[in-house]
Amino acid sequence: MLVKLKKTLLDPIFNNNPITLQVLGICSALAVTSKLETAIVMSIAVIFVVSFSNLSVSLIRNYIPTSIRIIIEMTIIASFVIVADQIIRAFLFEISKQLSVYVGLIITNCIILGRAEAFALKNPPLQSFIDGIGNGLGYTLILIVLAFFRELFGAGKLLGFTILPINTEGGWFVPNGLLLLPPSAFFLIGFIIWIIRTIKKDQVEED
Amino acid sequence: MEINSTKNIIKVAIGVCVVCAVLVSTASVVLKPVQKKNKKLEKLKNILYVADLLDKDKNIEKIFKEKIQPAIIELKTGKELSKKNYTKILNPDCFDIKKLPYNPKLSVKIARKKDIAGIKRKSKYMIVYFVKQEGKIKKIILPVYGLGLWSTMYGLLALDDDLKTVSAFTFYEHGETPGLGGEVDNPRWRKLWKGKIVFDKNWELKIEIIKGKVDVTKNDAKYKIDGLSGATITTRGINDLVRFWLGESGYGTFLKKLREGGVAG
Repeated sequence: MLVKLKKTLLDPIFNNNPITLQVLGICSALAVTSKLETAIVMSIAVIFVVSFSNLSVSLIRNYIPTSIRIIIEMTIIASFVIVADQIIRAFLFEISKQLSVYVGLIITNCIILGRAEAFALKNPPLQSFIDGIGNGLGYTLILIVLAFFRELFGAGKLLGFTILPINTEGGWFVPNGLLLLPPSAFFLIGFIIWIIRTIKKDQVEED
Repeated sequence: MEINSTKNIIKVAIGVCVVCAVLVSTASVVLKPVQKKNKKLEKLKNILYVADLLDKDKNIEKIFKEKIQPAIIELKTGKELSKKNYTKILNPDCFDIKKLPYNPKLSVKIARKKDIAGIKRKSKYMIVYFVKQEGKIKKIILPVYGLGLWSTMYGLLALDDDLKTVSAFTFYEHGETPGLGGEVDNPRWRKLWKGKIVFDKNWELKIEIIKGKVDVTKNDAKYKIDGLSGATITTRGINDLVRFWLGESGYGTFLKKLREGGVAG
C-alpha cells in the first residue's frame, strides 16, 4: 500500500511528468515563469487546486452521473481556483498583481481536469489526493527549472536578489532579453523534454 | 438508486453547486477586508512613491497621515470641497476615480472635441494630494488618466510648489504591451519627467512628448520629453492625457486658483 502511494506521488514528478511527458499545462508554464517568485506561488496554487479537486472528485466518484461528470469536475475545480485566487490576493498582494489572470486560468490548466478525469474518477480519495500532489509537484519542478534559467539569465537575479550584476546597472552581465518573453519558455521546455527523453528512452513516442 | 437517472443527475448537480457556492462565498467574504486593506495600502504607496516619501522602515499609513493632505476639488470652479460637504462617495477615503465618471449625478459628458484623453465622461470632482512640510505645501499630486493603446492608463503627476515643474510622474495601472508601451514603467523614462516645465511664463500649457530624442541644446527642451520608441500610440495617449488634465477641462481652473492664492491649503 505504502509503496503504491509512494509511486503515485513520485511517478508524475520524473517518469510521468505532466508537462514533459503528458505535455499538459504549457500555457501557464510560459506565462508565469519569468520570475522564480511568481513560479513558486503559481506552483503552490496548482498543487492546492489539483490535490483538493482530485480529493473531492474521488470522494463523490460513485455518485457522479456520467453524463454531467465533466461539468461537475469543472465546478469543483473552478471553486478551488477561486479560493486559491482569493487567498493569494489577500496575503500575497504584490505577487497577485504579477500573476494577474493566470491564477484564474488554472481552471483551464489541462493537468487538473486531466487528473480528475483520468485518476480521481477511478481511484479512492487518498490515492487521488496523493496523485494530485504528485502531479502538482511535477508541474512545480518544471516551472522552477524554467523560472530559474529565465530569471537568472534574463534579469541576472534570483528571487529578486542580484546574482549577476547586469550591464545597464553598472555590472558586467549582458542579460538575454528573449528569456523574459514567453516564447523563451517554449525553447526551454523543448530542451528539457529532449534531455529527459535522451536519458529515459522509454518516453520517446513511436512514429 | 440508478446513478444515471434524471433524478440523481439533478440531485448531484444541485448538491455540488450548493457546496461549491458556499465554499466560494465564504472565502470571498472572509478575505474581503484583508484584500480591501491591501488595495488601500497600494494606493497610499503609489502616492508616497510619487511624492518621494516612501520609506521602507516606516509604516505607510503613518507617513501618509503625517505628510499628505488630500483634498477634493470641483473641476469647474477649482474650489476645494469643504469637509462638512463630504458625502459617502465624496470623501478622501472612499474617493474612487474609476467609478465616479459613471455616477450620473456626479459626472459630466466631455464634448468630443475636447476629449483628447479619450475618456468620454469625467467626474465633476477630483481628488488631489498636497505634500506638506512644516505646514507649507511642497508638492501637489494630481491623479491623471486616459486611453493608451490597449487600456486606460492611470497615473499620478506630482508638481513642485511653483505649480509648473514636474517633480515626478508615474503610472500605477495600465495594460500596455510589455517592452514597448509598458516601458512607461521604466525608471529611466520616468526620470525624464523630473524637472520638466509644464507651463511657460504666461501659464500657457507647453509640455509635450515628441517623437525621438529631445535636443537638449535647444531652449524649449525643458518642455519636451522623449517619446518611447515602438510605442507611438501609448506615447501619444500620455501626451494627450497630460494635456487634458492640466488644461481647462481638467485641473486648469484649480491650478489657476491655487497660484493666485485662492484655495485654502
